[in-house]
Amino acid sequence: MPGTSDTPSTPSITVTPTLTEILVAFVTMSLSGFGGVLPFARRTLVEERRWMTSEEFNDAFALSQFLPGPNIVNFSVVFGARFRGLAGAAVALFGLVTPPLLIVIVIGILYARYGEIAALARALTALGAAAAGLIIATVIKMALPLVEEGLSPAPVFALLAFAAVGIMRWPMHWVLLALVPLSIGVAFFVHRGRRA
Amino acid sequence: MNNDNILWTLAGHFALLSLFAIGGANAAIPEMHRLAVDVMGWMTDRQFTDMFAIAQVTPGPNVIVVTLIGYHVAGLPGALVATLAMCGPTCLAAYWIGGTWERFKQARWRTALQAGMVPIGIGLMAASAFVVARAADHNLVAAAITLATACITFWTKLNPLWLLGAAALMGLAGLV
Repeated sequence: MPGTSDTPSTPSITVTPTLTEILVAFVTMSLSGFGGVLPFARRTLVEERRWMTSEEFNDAFALSQFLPGPNIVNFSVVFGARFRGLAGAAVALFGLVTPPLLIVIVIGILYARYGEIAALARALTALGAAAAGLIIATVIKMALPLVEEGLSPAPVFALLAFAAVGIMRWPMHWVLLALVPLSIGVAFFVHRGRRA
Repeated sequence: MNNDNILWTLAGHFALLSLFAIGGANAAIPEMHRLAVDVMGWMTDRQFTDMFAIAQVTPGPNVIVVTLIGYHVAGLPGALVATLAMCGPTCLAAYWIGGTWERFKQARWRTALQAGMVPIGIGLMAASAFVVARAADHNLVAAAITLATACITFWTKLNPLWLLGAAALMGLAGLV
């Protein structure tokens, strides 16, 4: 994240969206969000509607990523609550989740009925293979900054999480209960060491 | 009675899972797979991969893979219960924490929290990629599709929908 967040170069946004505007924005974002909503969220909220500055968006999204659970879903709540309180949070969440929920239920019904048709099954297998490739590319893009940081404990924790959950197939909550406190503790002391 | 049980099971599992889904819904894929295929026996490996693929090509947040799993297990109520359980707890957390988060922007513990969680989220995502690839790549053609998609996505800015579409066509044509 750029270190410019302290300078008042970007004035805070004064326009407060109405509930209807929030709903429309999140429905639109959700329905255009093929393969993830984040890029569309940034474009809609920061570039088009200008309800948030880029820094405000990054900050709100960092919080949503830090919280467990679906990031963009968390983000919708943080965003809605910031502008319109509880009602805003509910409307943003509703707008984000409902349209794809309905679509995917229809697909689920079709899948239950036709999923065994050979050609369709093969198409889905191929889709799954491609989707796995998409995640691999995303992971590499995310991991590069960790490696480029040089000597830091971060890659070790990434590898441990990968091996324990991906290869050993241990239950995720046990793995995380062990790894997360350790990783945060190490980060705490490494950070202090760098400051000193 | 039996139906009530399965709904509670879905709710409990997905609520717990959501609390540990560091790095988002896709980071929880290995645990969902372990749960749905290995532990509960709700579906086969292939069905799980199918649902993952469907969720990726449906617009909207990736979390809707949970909706599909819920639907598969217990129909419409299952779909709604699983989705609510996956989104509810962390949405409440987001609502309560959202307001106070700004105040601790400079706090050292906040920096450490973020710095400590990021690599674990990435490790979990890597596990997702591994689990899905292993389930999807039954033969060399499928493995080649995975590899090609990964390379093209990494090195170009091509919209992933084209790659997914091309893969689906290859499957329809019987090449996989």
